[in-house]
Amino acid sequence: MHSDPAEIQKNVRKYMMIGASLLVFTVITVAASYLNLAVPAAITVALIIATMKGSMVASVFMHLNHERQWIYGALLLTVLFFIVLIFIPLFTVQDGISVGIPWSH
Amino acid sequence: MNIPYTVEERPDTGLTNGKLGIWLFLASEVMLFGALFSTYILLRVGAIEWPHHELNVPLGAINTVLLISSSVTMVMAWATLKMNQWGKHRLYLLVTVILAVVFLVNKYFEYAEHLAKGEGPWHNTFLAIYFTMTGLHGLHIIGGVIVMLYFLGPGAKLWKSNPEQFANRIEYTGLYWHFVDLVWIFLFPVLYLL
Repeated sequence: MHSDPAEIQKNVRKYMMIGASLLVFTVITVAASYLNLAVPAAITVALIIATMKGSMVASVFMHLNHERQWIYGALLLTVLFFIVLIFIPLFTVQDGISVGIPWSH
Repeated sequence: MNIPYTVEERPDTGLTNGKLGIWLFLASEVMLFGALFSTYILLRVGAIEWPHHELNVPLGAINTVLLISSSVTMVMAWATLKMNQWGKHRLYLLVTVILAVVFLVNKYFEYAEHLAKGEGPWHNTFLAIYFTMTGLHGLHIIGGVIVMLYFLGPGAKLWKSNPEQFANRIEYTGLYWHFVDLVWIFLFPVLYLL
């Protein structure tokens, strides 16, 4: 990440622009929720906007657009485990107890 | 004994120890909140019906604006410090704390409104996950405020003896704070809008 004062001065404008963009996207998210979209479409739109906002925060405010390899490596592992964690509920589809499959004796 | 690699970068990682430490901590935080988001998906998929716009959307939106603004002021607190503008740094850090406290006050009113109607976490599954996720997030806000108050108070002395290390500490605080903002960016649509 930048530590040169002149370089940081240049980035200040970028920080402000990103902040303004995040506020605009927040307004769009709220407006989209009142459009009465079907649930799958509403979830998709809301999560796409949230992901865009999250990417802006992570890449610019957290300086992930120019970090060291060690941090990218740690985050890659985190993303992999995060995906596993999020998809664990899918395994419950095969849960025989909750869907009333009778016990065999 | 001095703690090594607080200012200079380690030759093997190219990072200061604090920087690597805060990122590993944030990775563990991703898993903590990830477990709760996973729980949310499980509960929502299994629910026969799910409330829509049950929460106070304008208040939630205002809180989103507050946290995003606080992220801007936090990054500015770090940037001004790197540009050697001590007074501006203090101002930006103070504004960040104020925005965070206003967020918590809003949250207090929101919780109070629900509890006054007897709608606590025991009321239904939606409110159970709502109170759990926003409560944990609120605790993170309180933690961030405590750290920032420390750097506005006794922790500020380090600027005179070791300005580079102080700037690094503000950067790590900022990374934590942006993460807290990032979590809210997902919590807001998931709980308030969908």
